[in-house]
Amino acid sequence: MMGNDNMQPNTQPCDTLLLRETASQTAGPYVHIGLALAAAGNPTRDEEIWNEMAKDDAEGEHIEVVGTVIDGNGDLVRDAFIEAWQADSQGIYQREFDLEKPFNSFGRTATTFEHGSEWTLKTIKPGPVAVDAIDQEHGAIDDKDSYLASERSAKVMAPHISLSIFARGINIHLQTRLYFEDETEANAQCPVLSRIESQARRQTLIAKREETDGRARYRLNIRLQGDDETVFFDF
Amino acid sequence: MKDSTRRFVERDRNWHPPPYAPGYKTSVARSPRQTLVSMQHPTISELTGPDFRELRMGVHDNDLLMNFTQGSGLPVGERMILFGRVVDQFGKPVPHSLVEMWQANAGGRYRHRNDNYLAPLDPNFGGVGRCLTDEQGWYSFRTIKPGPYPWSNDVNSWRPSHIHVSVMGPAISTRLITQMYFEGDPLIPKCPIVHTLNDPDAVETMIGRLDMAHSNPMDSLAYRFDLVVRGELQTYFENQ
Repeated sequence: MMGNDNMQPNTQPCDTLLLRETASQTAGPYVHIGLALAAAGNPTRDEEIWNEMAKDDAEGEHIEVVGTVIDGNGDLVRDAFIEAWQADSQGIYQREFDLEKPFNSFGRTATTFEHGSEWTLKTIKPGPVAVDAIDQEHGAIDDKDSYLASERSAKVMAPHISLSIFARGINIHLQTRLYFEDETEANAQCPVLSRIESQARRQTLIAKREETDGRARYRLNIRLQGDDETVFFDF
Repeated sequence: MKDSTRRFVERDRNWHPPPYAPGYKTSVARSPRQTLVSMQHPTISELTGPDFRELRMGVHDNDLLMNFTQGSGLPVGERMILFGRVVDQFGKPVPHSLVEMWQANAGGRYRHRNDNYLAPLDPNFGGVGRCLTDEQGWYSFRTIKPGPYPWSNDVNSWRPSHIHVSVMGPAISTRLITQMYFEGDPLIPKCPIVHTLNDPDAVETMIGRLDMAHSNPMDSLAYRFDLVVRGELQTYFENQ
């Protein structure tokens, strides 16, 4: 049927029917005044989204995750802002952000203008996560015996924390993952880690374990460029 | 038998600024040289994200005229409303999404320990706001128009007036931070950070438009800035 030109979808390439995403711009050197108030030296509001993802009563192994961000010259990036997203100790994402809860899956941190310029997260070690957990959450898989469902659910990701890195000079945020060095077996089987062709490059995502005052601390330095450049993902 | 998987429209990385954009000098040493590792099958870790409906906001969190006032003082500058809608690429509103913004004061100075520009701080202006979008994806802030300011890039580089805007969207995959510029500002085409974008149409997505209909007579002008985040798809398979 011929209709009004504007109403006839088959006459246009499908791409033109989609809105274009708003373009990204750098978060700039003063990102802290908007997203990390204390780091800017400014008063904070009653509730801020920050780096204490786990309170004392959160279930699981309490850990500290720390690191630096290093540029292509080997210099510390002192104005980086980082967002973290991880499962709880049972491997479940707690989507409702609520500071009353013992654990939140989402956290924020920043490198600092002083000292070693480390970012820090106080959290619990995440559990392994089933690749297809998203389908179950959406209540979508109603045929557990289907080939597709069973094939996908066989895959389990090693414990990991997803990190997004923003800073002056970063035009669109960089997305990476942090894995744990003491999860050798799980790491070897992780379907996402295995997507990285170079064995050597996989190592750039593995945080090293340190013991401090009886508390486990994992360290991952994020290298934006050059030797041992961190793996960044597109998804 | 139906099996569905959440998925987002692929991010067009030629539309966004490339990481390495030498006209913006700081990007040179802060951009990866290796290629991104593409995930053809993003997992729950990418396809979910935080829900901020339980985050308790202050009454003036989206009102920059009031949220840093010392006593009864108001900030200096052109009073304005910044408002718009968060939608996805299919035009579907994104409700309950956290929108955060930060900006310089009317003189072009940020309330940040590292900003040493000559223009003075305004004792009544902090420069930060946040709110959640409503059921239809709308957000709004009350603020003053930020001033342009010089920065060290080329010998004489100036940032056009801009407001940094951060939106979470439904998942980690839709996360976006951008800057809103003001329609008609002659500094926009001179800005090295704007020029990190290759496509002039992409620059248009960052322009706030003067909206007289939503301005308040004898009070403040309004600028409308709609944010488009990646479109959410459901794919369906017939399993038999």
